[in-house]
Amino acid sequence: MHEMSIAESVRGIVEETAAREGFARVMEVRLEIGRLAAVEPEALRFCFDAVMRGGIAEGAVLAIDETPGTAWCFGCSDSVPVAMRGEPCPRCGGGQLQVTGGTGMRVKDLLGN
Amino acid sequence: MSVERDILAKNDREANANRREFSRLGIFALNLVSSPGSGKTTLLVETIGRLGGELPITVIEGDQQTSNDAERIRATGAKAVQVNTGKGCHLDAHMVGHALERLAPAADSVVMIENVGNLVCPSAFDLGEAHKVVVLSVTEGEDKPLKYPDMFAAADLMILNKCDLLPHLAFDAALVEANARRVNPAIEILRLSATTGEGMDAWLAWIRGGAVEARRRRAAAAPRAQGCACAEAAAKA
Repeated sequence: MHEMSIAESVRGIVEETAAREGFARVMEVRLEIGRLAAVEPEALRFCFDAVMRGGIAEGAVLAIDETPGTAWCFGCSDSVPVAMRGEPCPRCGGGQLQVTGGTGMRVKDLLGN
Repeated sequence: MSVERDILAKNDREANANRREFSRLGIFALNLVSSPGSGKTTLLVETIGRLGGELPITVIEGDQQTSNDAERIRATGAKAVQVNTGKGCHLDAHMVGHALERLAPAADSVVMIENVGNLVCPSAFDLGEAHKVVVLSVTEGEDKPLKYPDMFAAADLMILNKCDLLPHLAFDAALVEANARRVNPAIEILRLSATTGEGMDAWLAWIRGGAVEARRRRAAAAPRAQGCACAEAAAKA
């Protein structure tokens, strides 16, 4: 359940941004989470609601944009999409893949007033 | 309102501060990760016993509760700091930064960070280490690297521990190695048994190599720092 730590980091970023902008309330928070970022979106939603309680973003809507995983396939010498780590290349079926994208986690934007 | 901030940026900043401190002191730091019961603490105890005489080793022990592991390390004569994460499932860079203040490791030494036994959460948190080392014991399944790919992808070295038990088990060591390379083609692998000592020499050599490199970098950086101080003194004169 490191999603709890992730949610706490999100709260820190939301609170800092809201203070800077002079928001009294945050209604929506949008995250971008890579499909290979080792975070379960449903667990993160649960933690987000729990962590935001009593704060400026209590009850805020959490929007999660999932970004696809990509990897460099040594067999194809090309970038290929990957759904999960450890899966073979969807094109050549080879197992020599180095993940290159879809591991990031960002707070994209928020809606407040 | 656009924000565009990395969620783990705070942890990464603190991890980089730890990394700078390790680098300034010429310390080789490792983050040992595994499921509970893979033999991390036994491996550390045996490593300190064999290497501690020539290379100072200190340890940061992470567990949800108890100081049992730190006590096992201290029994070897090595300095150890226990971090209890309470409900937390992993160490983060901030905890390690505080533990380092208490540990006060010597220059040109080795710091081993034994993470909470958990093959999932610690993979996401950089602590400032040179390498994550994942320990997998042969009493676990060959498919662990596929079931918990993030950890094996994050590690630079996999230690296959308890290899003395291989004759008694239906465990395919070649298969687990192939699975680890499927999620991380660049991973290094060492087979050993911390209890019998089989294979330990390669692991000790790996640590020595890293420690020598960390020292060399510190020594290479030092003359430049002195040069700056001399230049400042000359400018003042």
